[in-house]
Amino acid sequence: MMRISWRFLHVWQRNFLVYRRTWLVSFIPPLLEPLFYLLAFGIGMSLLVGYLRYEGTEISYTLFIAPALIAINIMSNAFYENTYASFVRMYYQKTFDAMMATPLTVEEIITGEMIWGATKAVLATAVMMVVISCFGLIRYPDGLLLLWVAFLGGLAFGSMGMIFTAFVPNIELFNLPIFLFITPMFLFGGTFFPLENLPVWAQQFALVLPLTHLVNLCRSCSYGVYGNLFWGSFLYLIVLTLVCFPLAIRGMYRRLIK
Amino acid sequence: MESVTSIIDARELKKRFGSLEAVAGVSFEVRPGECFGILGPNGAGKTSTIRMIYGLSPVSSGTLRVFGRDIGTDYRSIKARIGICPQENNLDPDLTVLQNLEVYARYFSLPPTLARERALNLLQFMSLETRREAKVMELSGGMMRRLIIARALLNEPDLLILDEPTSGLDPQSRHQVWERLNELRAKGMTMLLTTHYMDEAARLCDRLMIMDQGKILVEGKPVDLIHEYVGRHVIEVSEPEEELRKHVRAAGLSYEDLGHLLIIYGNHHDQLYHEISSRYCREGCLMRMATLEDVFLKLTGRGLRE
Repeated sequence: MMRISWRFLHVWQRNFLVYRRTWLVSFIPPLLEPLFYLLAFGIGMSLLVGYLRYEGTEISYTLFIAPALIAINIMSNAFYENTYASFVRMYYQKTFDAMMATPLTVEEIITGEMIWGATKAVLATAVMMVVISCFGLIRYPDGLLLLWVAFLGGLAFGSMGMIFTAFVPNIELFNLPIFLFITPMFLFGGTFFPLENLPVWAQQFALVLPLTHLVNLCRSCSYGVYGNLFWGSFLYLIVLTLVCFPLAIRGMYRRLIK
Repeated sequence: MESVTSIIDARELKKRFGSLEAVAGVSFEVRPGECFGILGPNGAGKTSTIRMIYGLSPVSSGTLRVFGRDIGTDYRSIKARIGICPQENNLDPDLTVLQNLEVYARYFSLPPTLARERALNLLQFMSLETRREAKVMELSGGMMRRLIIARALLNEPDLLILDEPTSGLDPQSRHQVWERLNELRAKGMTMLLTTHYMDEAARLCDRLMIMDQGKILVEGKPVDLIHEYVGRHVIEVSEPEEELRKHVRAAGLSYEDLGHLLIIYGNHHDQLYHEISSRYCREGCLMRMATLEDVFLKLTGRGLRE
């Protein structure tokens, strides 16, 4: 039984209030990260790579990786928020315990946390888009859809993170999903080279990874190209979220209510 | 409508964790305007009982009605009327003192202007108004406790639950907390209190129960319990002689023998004390008023609970 009302927004507001106190610090990574990557990979690697084919069109290497940087940023913002940050609030600060003594339900607390994780991904994406747009690597107005993609992707990765949070006994164990799940996706999710460069089995494996699909969505919206790839990936992330979101709530309920 | 006249009505309440029965069938009632205490050694089931009352822990069996309603289905309206001062400090370290209250008030869906008004009043009531912009971590232990109590009062609760409200505080802070709690009590606030401090229980509680191993051992008014289970006076004799033991046994007195210390309970002991101190007192002996602590130790034993 899910006991969710609009009250989850109170939890979201609490996190937003804390975020506003430190917003400058939160803005630095999405501001600088794309700059570093675009300089290192875009300019450095462009000389080696030059142009490549994506969906039948020839594009520059910087144009190829820019949307992937946004996708990676969405993934890490939401995943970190609902793993490390949520765990600290739950385990060390006992923030959830305090909330549970009020009319809020566990379902609302966890929903508020995951919607917040997605919001953080949207905020970081907005900052990043400003930087990337300066290089002329996003086509508008299609590019504005990236904010919605960030919300969807944030929700998907946030709820996956929250599932881990529901089960890890201590905070050090988050290294495991980071190393086994996040890092491989960062490298093999169609981010820095086209999947077609890989052997067939590896391509098929990449299609299982959630980041591959988030990258697809980001490329579609940045370039304004919506083919089968876009709709397939869109569906994938919707289904993934619909599965992981209630699982995360269920897991956290079991952890918190004894 | 007997059930509505009690704030909490628990009957044959049980809580099981796997094979462990933390609360093994307790029945008690808390009436409007009284301060009811739950005492007991570690692991007695106090916190488990309290967690069931505010809906953090599902009832395994038995019935539990709060404000005449079922906590399993009416949790939202019940929790809106309860204020909780938990054992552990769970103030929000990311927020200031005032923000802690305002954000918490929002969890109760209080409108912002009302939240601020109540927050400022409560800070004043708890003598924290000068620290409103401070970070929680900058506060002393006593200040944090007072802030937690202020937070528990934001929703103007009909029941205040205090889980060990003065643990770890210095004497000055404890007395300040007691003073505030007594003021609330005088205003008719219903309170449920758990504590390890017998003086605290005797000072605050109108009625109390002592629990051990998930069961209620006794229940009643503190003074009545003292008179019933230990009497008015206690005589303690250090390094008692064998002869005194014989004397006590022969006289049929109620006593406890700890080897190096003999504790004699009873009423009207002036004569007896005079006799003992003149005839059997080697190392030291004293007579004092019986306390709740004597009742507690007599009933729950002196073995360590760890």
